[in-house]
Amino acid sequence: MQVALFITCYNDTLFPETGKAVVRVLERLGHTVVFPAGQTCCGQMHYNTGYQAEAMPLLERFVAQFKGSEAVVVPSSSCVAMMRDHYPKMAAHIGNADLTREVEALLPNVYEFSEFLTKRLGLEDVGAFYPHRVTYHASCHGLRNLGLGDGPLKLLKAVRGIDLVELQGLEECCGFGGTFAVKNAEVSSAMLADKTRAVLNTRAEACTACDNSCLMHIQGSLHRQRTGVHTVHLAEILASEAGGAA
Amino acid sequence: MGEAWGCVVNASTASRELMLGRIRTANAAAGAGAGNAAEEWAAIPREYRRTSTLGREAVLELLEDRLRDYDAHVLRVASEGVAAAVLGMLGERGRTRMLAAPGVTAAWLPEGFAFAVDDGLSVESIDRFEGVMTESTLAIAETGTIVLQTVPGQGRRAVSLVPDYHLCLVRASAVVATVPEAMDVLATRPAFATTFISGPSATADIEMTRIKGVHGPRFLDVLLVMDDVARSA
Amino acid sequence: MSGVALDPKTAPTFPMAAKVLVGDTQMRKNVRHATDIIQAKRARVVGEMPDWQELRETGRRVREHTMKFLDVYLEEFERKCTAAGGVVHWAKDADEARQIVIGLVKASGSHEVIKIKSMTTEEIQLNKALEGAGITPYETDLAELIIQLGGDQPSHIVVPALHKNRQQIREIFKREMNLPNLGDTPQDLADAARLFLRKKFLTVKTGVSGANFLIAETGGVCVVESEGNGRMCLTLPETLITIAGIDKVVPRLADLEVLLQLLPRSATGERMNPYNSIWNGVDPRGVDGPKAFHIVLMDNARTKVLEDSEGRQTLNCIRCGACQNACPVYRQTGGHAYGSVYAGPIGAILTPQLQEMHYAQTLPYASSLCGACYEVCPVKINIPEVLVHLRNRVVEQKGFFDPEAAAMKTVGMIFRSERRFRAAQRFGRMAETPLVDKDGWIGWLPGLLGGWTQVRDLREMPKETFRDWWEKRGGAS
Repeated sequence: MQVALFITCYNDTLFPETGKAVVRVLERLGHTVVFPAGQTCCGQMHYNTGYQAEAMPLLERFVAQFKGSEAVVVPSSSCVAMMRDHYPKMAAHIGNADLTREVEALLPNVYEFSEFLTKRLGLEDVGAFYPHRVTYHASCHGLRNLGLGDGPLKLLKAVRGIDLVELQGLEECCGFGGTFAVKNAEVSSAMLADKTRAVLNTRAEACTACDNSCLMHIQGSLHRQRTGVHTVHLAEILASEAGGAA
Repeated sequence: MGEAWGCVVNASTASRELMLGRIRTANAAAGAGAGNAAEEWAAIPREYRRTSTLGREAVLELLEDRLRDYDAHVLRVASEGVAAAVLGMLGERGRTRMLAAPGVTAAWLPEGFAFAVDDGLSVESIDRFEGVMTESTLAIAETGTIVLQTVPGQGRRAVSLVPDYHLCLVRASAVVATVPEAMDVLATRPAFATTFISGPSATADIEMTRIKGVHGPRFLDVLLVMDDVARSA
Repeated sequence: MSGVALDPKTAPTFPMAAKVLVGDTQMRKNVRHATDIIQAKRARVVGEMPDWQELRETGRRVREHTMKFLDVYLEEFERKCTAAGGVVHWAKDADEARQIVIGLVKASGSHEVIKIKSMTTEEIQLNKALEGAGITPYETDLAELIIQLGGDQPSHIVVPALHKNRQQIREIFKREMNLPNLGDTPQDLADAARLFLRKKFLTVKTGVSGANFLIAETGGVCVVESEGNGRMCLTLPETLITIAGIDKVVPRLADLEVLLQLLPRSATGERMNPYNSIWNGVDPRGVDGPKAFHIVLMDNARTKVLEDSEGRQTLNCIRCGACQNACPVYRQTGGHAYGSVYAGPIGAILTPQLQEMHYAQTLPYASSLCGACYEVCPVKINIPEVLVHLRNRVVEQKGFFDPEAAAMKTVGMIFRSERRFRAAQRFGRMAETPLVDKDGWIGWLPGLLGGWTQVRDLREMPKETFRDWWEKRGGAS
């Protein structure tokens, strides 16, 4: 299958390793990855902060870049949630009938990365090897908006060598919430403190998730406290192979 | 007073027109559209359960279980044994000054025990009783709820409220499994003041600890009268 | 915060209030404890309902339908309630509602009233108005009594005193009820309240209540409660005055078969709360309940909420408080941070709308949009969607020179071109260089971003973006 990768603006800029890992996994599974060069951002930050007018052209840009794709894979559940929850409404608001049709045709083929593996491809074991103690945080948008359920955990359980430990309060928000983390820094910090404590209680070497935004947040605290625990996107775990660089 | 009162009424009438007008304008502005209320109400999908798949005995057991979960005391009794069971229950509870709702089935009142019957007592008088005995309209098994109405045998709302102890008689034939089944019954008698009682008065306002009996009766005993033996057999 | 009324017009911004409250470790412990317990209870009793999602869906549809025909159902309620001997009053705003209630209490010949917990009367600060008119209100719900005697403010829709623990409550009761030897078990405290209020129940001639549901079909009113204080207030006084938002109406008695399943399980995690009362006007034989029944139907900006096609779902709320218990923000701050008697996610969308977006503008931002509120809402109000919609309404009020708006517009402009985006990525790497330590981390950020580095570090930007790597690699292999 030809898979179009929407890397998302922040993964492109801050977490290129995640993108590389997605490419490695998909190619290992025999798929062809394409990267529409004009892609930038889904518009989530603008939309969720109240700047909906600024998000509209980004919707149009996304559609122009990806229309006709057999499958679009996105290693960020919150960006997929943004598209699924808001793009149809936004297209209707713009009032362009072609655009509305294109959004309708495109959205069913847009997948969060783990969702693409488990739901579209029906896979659990993608041949990964990752001999580390890991805990999984369920990102809110993946959990509630996309209904990923235990899909990501199934992928992790199939990883050879992994020591997967359950995170207490698995489904509780880490407190990131985009601009929430700076607009309500105190509350966000308090939420993060709870999440960090839960991660440390697992004695895991790494915390993983389907969203680098949550992980960046959790990692920021783990590093500030000099815990030595790191964060790693699910795709990077799934890309690791025996004998390869973990 | 008269003039001031008139002012309130007039202002209210003006506000009535204003508010209804605002609602119509708002619904139009929000694109809520016109339509027929009754038809659209009837078209609301109702895919939830109306009835239970449980058998008769299982429904009764569920009711008992739910009531006990609320710390109510439940006892099954045959129709002909009600009076004796009432006497036994009162003895166990050590209650002597008891009130009965007017119209309680005479055969259910034990001989030799003097119930006072509420005939419009003052609230202070009701407060001096140690308990009250009433019948009920129906009971809902899934929620452990007994429904009382202002009808003979059940009395006015104050009598099942003010005394500290409530002995309630529930006919097994009036036990339904689900809330929708209960509302079907109540829909046929909506004019009476209705009280749903689910266990003794309780609160969890302090550290979410459930405490029995804040203002209503602290003790609730239920006699489940097996009046539909034929049906359950 | 105690003693100061929760008024959105004068309240500090959410971030300011939250900053103070996050420092109150005892309060946070109390809130966490209470919300943990209610959530666990709720999950258990919701889990035993195989048709919970179907109930939620019908609940939503019934509420939406009611709002669409709100005028029809209010008129029907008025007709039926009047026929049953009730007197219906209409109040366009809080002030009018207060004046009507004060007038009715005075007309009842009483200088004191017993009150059932009612968020609507909290919303309009009725107690203060009654006191101003020389009428003494006695709150009879245990939690409301704790709030009233403590000079405090409610912090939760269903459990208004959950921010207090038993020792704190004991101190209030010892002082205000003059009980120096009062114990500190919850039972001791509840017993003290029972004794304290019993005389009031038996003697006060006028009761004031809110309402959970107004039934258009029958003109009946339904009140849901636990302690029996509600039944006392509804049944024993000679005059009963009920005040309800116009959003409280439901079309038919049969609709309660849905709402009375959704509300108790969502609110307190009980299959059914101990007492539900439904009554119609006054007893025609004059033997049961009050001789006079008045109901005040209040707008107070609800019709403004109704105007907004996206915001109006807020009015579907049945005040169960489940969203508060589930909200990770509320669980950190407690209710007072919201500067309104409506706290938590529902407060964050209801309060600014009731203020017609003139006040409480930071509340739509008091959420990480985690969606836990929507998940538990018994009538499926999409609270995150409304939050985002209200953020847009806040932004639309901002001036052209607002720094955040300017920054957002700039970033938006950058994202509209791949070339500009790549330039910004390069620029970002350059700009951050002075802030990066020798290990590749940033521990301090300026301006608006400083909130991040209060407790978090940020890793430096990688030298190569994904798209640079992709191009170097020559695309698909």
